[in-house]
Amino acid sequence: MSTANPSQNRSFHLPRISFASVGSNGMLIIYAIIVLLPLFIVVTNTMRPTREIYRVPVALPASINFDSYVIAWNEADFSTYFMNSLVITLSSVVLGTSVSALAAYILGRYNFPGGRILSSFFVAGLTLPFRLAIVPLFLLLNSLGLIDNRLGLILVYAATGIPFSVFILSSFFRQLPQELTEAARIDGAQEFTIFGRVMLPLVRPALATVAIFQFVPLWNDFFFPLVLLRSTDKWTLPVGMTRFFGEFQTDWSTLFAGLVITTLPLIILFLSATEQIITGLTAGVRK
Amino acid sequence: MTALPNANPDAKPRRTWRKNAMMPSVPTIALFILPAFVLYTVFMVYPLVQALIFSTFEFNGLVRGDFVGLQNFQQLFSRYPLNEQLPRAFGHNVAFFLGTMAIQNTAGLLFAVLLHKPRLGKRFFRTVFTMPYLISPIVVGYLWRLMLNPLFGPINNTLKSIGLSDLAKPWLGDPATALPTVILVNAWMWVGFPMLLFGAGLAGIEEDLREAARIDGASNWGIFQHIEFPLLTPVIGIVTVLTFIGNFNAFGVVWSLAGVDGPPAGATDVLGLVFYRTAFDGGSDAFGLASALAVLMFLFIFTVSVGVQTWFRRLEDRMQ
Repeated sequence: MSTANPSQNRSFHLPRISFASVGSNGMLIIYAIIVLLPLFIVVTNTMRPTREIYRVPVALPASINFDSYVIAWNEADFSTYFMNSLVITLSSVVLGTSVSALAAYILGRYNFPGGRILSSFFVAGLTLPFRLAIVPLFLLLNSLGLIDNRLGLILVYAATGIPFSVFILSSFFRQLPQELTEAARIDGAQEFTIFGRVMLPLVRPALATVAIFQFVPLWNDFFFPLVLLRSTDKWTLPVGMTRFFGEFQTDWSTLFAGLVITTLPLIILFLSATEQIITGLTAGVRK
Repeated sequence: MTALPNANPDAKPRRTWRKNAMMPSVPTIALFILPAFVLYTVFMVYPLVQALIFSTFEFNGLVRGDFVGLQNFQQLFSRYPLNEQLPRAFGHNVAFFLGTMAIQNTAGLLFAVLLHKPRLGKRFFRTVFTMPYLISPIVVGYLWRLMLNPLFGPINNTLKSIGLSDLAKPWLGDPATALPTVILVNAWMWVGFPMLLFGAGLAGIEEDLREAARIDGASNWGIFQHIEFPLLTPVIGIVTVLTFIGNFNAFGVVWSLAGVDGPPAGATDVLGLVFYRTAFDGGSDAFGLASALAVLMFLFIFTVSVGVQTWFRRLEDRMQ
């Protein structure tokens, strides 16, 4: 920082009061509109007939009705895709978080031979572009009879969540005070009881972060179900979307309804857990 | 999507209480670690290692045949149409990365600086700008495909109605504008991510430094240029590496916005799509070829990521 010499910049002194703040507020507001307007168009147009959308693309609906959602849900099989997405995503998150919490507890609390190497082994998965392993993964699942099987996808998804979850959870377990476990141990508690009764409840915020961080990319994932699931009755929302856009291409209000159905759970999740999501996103930068 | 390129849980100083900690027995340790270890090894590590091995074998459908050395690699660059599609897709990925750095990450930095100061609606803007990142790439792609529809899309209709008919173009249908459009849509989705990372970086800079400069008469721009920007070097490094990895893995958003073949005329074709087509739309020996391509992509992404990280670390050392 020795090169910095702020006094040189005196001549650049801008009239700070109004000009700059109007400009910066203007920029923020314009960009907020760029983000929100497409979402607004999507939601309002689910309630407008396609003919109307073609004629005037941006307008408020004449009436509040959910016909297009009913069509998407029943006729376009969104009920099936939605349930598949829900079951697959939730099972993967629960499985991935559980096994990660168990491993992270031991790795975070105890120094044992090989512990460091194991930690690095788990965390190495964070940097690997895992999709490139799709061919061997496909053959592996095929030999296990798990192609076109929701369980196969759940196992793969749970595995992909482990590196991040072990990394975050072990650093949280490490920070818990030792006195808590000692008291429990004097009472004769077993390791698993200490983990489940004493330690796990204390890292609940971290568990939430870790669970959300598995949920979002799994709910949105397109690549693995595209390759690993065949029959349409097992498809998740992102894959179902490709079929839906082919079949309903001229029915715009239904298309928009499909987009809303797919996204709504995430918007709700985001608005109710904004802080956790932002903390998780910036975990590598904060000190 | 995680911001942890240098993730290492052992980096933190260890506490002394561990020496007195009662160590669980080996079977107990194993019981705790094995479920995660087995799941992770079988479904993640093992397939990644196998990809390396498969790249040197001939495949016939799902059946692995003989060891063929580097023949699969050679085929990638000699067999039509791969020999044409691969370099073209690679070029598109490079453009994708550079365009994203220039547009998305610059905008992200700008928003982070603007939102670092206390201001009305700070939380609102931060939440709104981050929101699109949560939407599935598939949904983002289809959403913008409808928005940009040349006949009925809201964008062209609005442009026409305000007298800008010249701008009402088939943005995704014209090879000249298709890839820039993909870059912009992708930036719309992701801009909140660099914004949050830069925001966390700015929050980590001591207020005293800014205050001292301000007393010396520095303008806001001067403070940014000489204090904040240099101190953000590590974060710029992280954002660069994550952008690079993300862009070279791009798949869903291009698929839904343009299509699996990267239309029009391959103008939006990227390595992720070429890899998918090679593996699952290729000939009977596709699995060997796709594994070879996977190895090359992995080596490239890994080498460049490590290179960029090292370069930024040196830059940091030099500045201190």
